[in-house]
Amino acid sequence: MKILKYGTYVWVWVGLMILTGITVSVAGMDFGALSISVALIIAGVKSGLVLSYFMHLKYEKELIFKLMIPGILALLLLFIGIVFTDVAFR
Amino acid sequence: MADNMEKHKDVTGSKIGMWLFLLSEILLFGGLFILYSAYRYKFPTDFHLAAGELDRVLGTFNTLILLTSSLTMALSISSMQKGKPRSSSLLLIATIFLGFLFIGNKYFEWAAKMEHGVYPNSPRLLGRPGGEVLFFGLYYAMTGLHGLHVLAGIILLAVMWILIRKERIHRADFMLLENSGLYWHLVDIIWIFLFPLFYLIT
Repeated sequence: MKILKYGTYVWVWVGLMILTGITVSVAGMDFGALSISVALIIAGVKSGLVLSYFMHLKYEKELIFKLMIPGILALLLLFIGIVFTDVAFR
Repeated sequence: MADNMEKHKDVTGSKIGMWLFLLSEILLFGGLFILYSAYRYKFPTDFHLAAGELDRVLGTFNTLILLTSSLTMALSISSMQKGKPRSSSLLLIATIFLGFLFIGNKYFEWAAKMEHGVYPNSPRLLGRPGGEVLFFGLYYAMTGLHGLHVLAGIILLAVMWILIRKERIHRADFMLLENSGLYWHLVDIIWIFLFPLFYLIT
């Protein structure tokens, strides 16, 4: 397993703190429908950081690791898509 | 005869196994998130009003706590990898402590809500509009399930701490610690999504 410097983890943490700050600030402003999208995108970026660095996915070589997150995301998007094609037309 | 045989260890296989479990957890919470989104779509105003009653400061604080606990967790594994079991052990204690802090905050949050008569099936809650009842039902169910996961994580990490002390986890074999870390990070990621959807929808 690749050995990362302690500093790398600390920088990721700094990034996560900053992104949290941005999310909270944006929530205070009134963007209407856009607010939730921004919040979710930032949450996605934060999760991406945790997955890539803290959980080491960026440094895993095997194909199965590269496929996992795209795979589960595709599945969840499919579920959400199907649920909403039902719910939105009731 | 059998005692002299080295146990076959497959680090990658073990890691894949843990990830498969994490994927199942993502499906578990994913289902609840989809439920949330369907009801939010149906009751946008109710959700917005009900969300305003949650303590945003406490929620933000909890987010920062969990994110920091992920850092200490990652550093703990990194220390072990670098052959520093004492640092690893201390960082693990820090992670567990932060986990307890999170649970403590959750307790205060829930207690305050319950004191105001807002809890699943309470008469006061049932008197409110349907969408708000759903919001708080989802709030208790999802943060509750997440909280149980945090507790389970704390217990898991405590076991890891003991194993480090017994040197069953060490530089040449810290698979268990790494997999425990993966679980802890996932619990953090779930909160990363719970936080904006319950505390920041305005």
